[in-house]
Amino acid sequence: MILNALLSPEFFNAALRATTPILFATLASAVASKSGITNMALEGIMLFSALFGVIFSAAFQSAFLGLIVTMILGGFIGFILAFFVLKLKTDAILAAIAINLIATGGTVFMLLTVSGDRGVSSSIKSLQLPRVILPIIENIPFLGEIISNQNVLTYLSLIMVVVVHIFLYKTPLGLRIRAVGENKDAAESVGISSRKVQYTALIISGVLASIGGFFLSGGYMSNFTKDMSAGRGFIALAASTMGGNTPVGGFLVSLLFGAAQAFANIMQMGASIPYEIVQMLPYITTLIGLGIYSYSLMKKRQRLSGK
Amino acid sequence: MNSNTKFNIFRTVLSVGIALLISFIIIFLTSEEPVTAIVQFLTGPLQSTRRFGNVIETMIPLIFTGVGVSIMFSANQINLAGEGSFHVGGLVATVIALNTTLPTGISPIICILLAGVAGAIVTAIPAVLKIKTESDILVSSLMMNYLVLYFSNYILSYFVKDPAAGSVVSYAVPDVSRLSTIFDGTRIHIGLFIAILVAILGYIFLFKTKVGYELRITGENHDFAKYSGIDVMKITLISSLLGGFIIGIGGGVEILGMYNRFSWTSLLGYGWDAIIVTTLAKKNPLYVPFAAFFLAYLRTGASIMSRSTDVVTEIVIITQGIIILLVVAEQFLSKYKHKMIAKEAKATLGNIKEAE
Repeated sequence: MILNALLSPEFFNAALRATTPILFATLASAVASKSGITNMALEGIMLFSALFGVIFSAAFQSAFLGLIVTMILGGFIGFILAFFVLKLKTDAILAAIAINLIATGGTVFMLLTVSGDRGVSSSIKSLQLPRVILPIIENIPFLGEIISNQNVLTYLSLIMVVVVHIFLYKTPLGLRIRAVGENKDAAESVGISSRKVQYTALIISGVLASIGGFFLSGGYMSNFTKDMSAGRGFIALAASTMGGNTPVGGFLVSLLFGAAQAFANIMQMGASIPYEIVQMLPYITTLIGLGIYSYSLMKKRQRLSGK
Repeated sequence: MNSNTKFNIFRTVLSVGIALLISFIIIFLTSEEPVTAIVQFLTGPLQSTRRFGNVIETMIPLIFTGVGVSIMFSANQINLAGEGSFHVGGLVATVIALNTTLPTGISPIICILLAGVAGAIVTAIPAVLKIKTESDILVSSLMMNYLVLYFSNYILSYFVKDPAAGSVVSYAVPDVSRLSTIFDGTRIHIGLFIAILVAILGYIFLFKTKVGYELRITGENHDFAKYSGIDVMKITLISSLLGGFIIGIGGGVEILGMYNRFSWTSLLGYGWDAIIVTTLAKKNPLYVPFAAFFLAYLRTGASIMSRSTDVVTEIVIITQGIIILLVVAEQFLSKYKHKMIAKEAKATLGNIKEAE
């Protein structure tokens, strides 16, 4: 029975849906990490964005405008992180932890102030971005059922994998970001302002993560609930690291998390393996994967440095 | 006291002040009864024995997690698995208490020690992974927390769940294993003494022993430590094991002292609270109880405020975030620091001239 459920197109469809928010955050993490800064504030940015999405899509009565404003604010949080890290020389991890805390408390507080709701945005009439049925593709057996009828943002996330890849590897700014991340001093010596580049990278990172956050409350679910990012920002950090901070690698690892989540949802209904054990799988896989990946990198470094 | 320490204290106090000021402004902007709210926030915990008891009860777990994280951060191990250590500590203490029959006095000790061992394993896994494969300890420790959470949920619902209880909670822990209350009218338990003892021992370890010294050197300058012959790998492992052990004990003490059933089914944020305690205490276990008291006081105040006015407790989480941001921002007030150092230098120069 489980096998049937696992091989059904519905399962893959659900897995792709669950992957979407993680994928945006993974791409966000990749851009920040390539510039040499670990962006652990993804969790907080996503949580803030999930709330902003609800508030602004309701305020403008347009999900699209809501998304645009959320992206701007997400970029702004990225800027604040950059300001503390680069200008005030705050430890990047501690600054991120602070931002995450402010998001946990701030979202509940803002929601209460704006609407009087406690923890769930039930009285705000927010809008969701639509699901799209792809013509022609829809008719392909199996594959059509997986790919068609997804949220607009799911398609955008897949497109962003390609866009971020091109951005990082084929554009001058992408080259500068990687140069600064690899060796700040070397980059400075050829006239690149590392500070400017890192500011840019963190702002882009904030914008990407905010789209993932928007999807949580405006696509995946239809309202905001407190702490709804539920560790996805941290998962994204792990997915990105395990994927070598490349967009394509990160995409593959985030698919793993999405699939595991969809799998856990199936298991919750007809349980023959405990649901909790299934929930553990992606984390165990990441730990082992991370270990193997880092080990191979370490060996490579040792080889290159010539024993 | 040199100007650097003086400046640090000044900056910390100022940061806390600014953070509180910001939260008061937020309260003024959003609340219908801002003055009552702020008065409740600041003086609420002092109004009755029970409320002040709440402050001390809240402080106890913060001391354990604060000392544990201080030890790990002193070695520059950004190991965030403390959250998981605390959680697993609570779970293991419950499981042991439910499945053993030990005499009074011995039972809580065994439960708490095993809770510590479980906590140590949780923080040690990312450290071992780091040593063996050079993988990022930050990422692996974050993953550990979720691993522990779901593992603990599994044990709770399949092995120790009380089917007669209305919600997902364990069977009640027998009285022999519980930590006794020490003040009537409050829930303050023996855990307080254990916490204080841990803080003192943590201080002695970190500042008065050879290993503690090596640990701090490694934290300050990894390469220097390596070239001066310190076994950096060993230090990494020791700091994680010890940190996790202390935090695990904290989890056990919390369950046996404050609750009679294990009911944690989501991550509770004790690991994140520990970061702010560590930040305020400047990684010194001796200062941890004071920082923990301060945070516990804020928490209790906020909770009293939310019960009697329209302001939610979450305001205190915002305040915590702002405090961390300002306290760790190295360049915050750096101009003032320069002036202070310049003034001191001039004064010293003046003294020398006078002496001549």
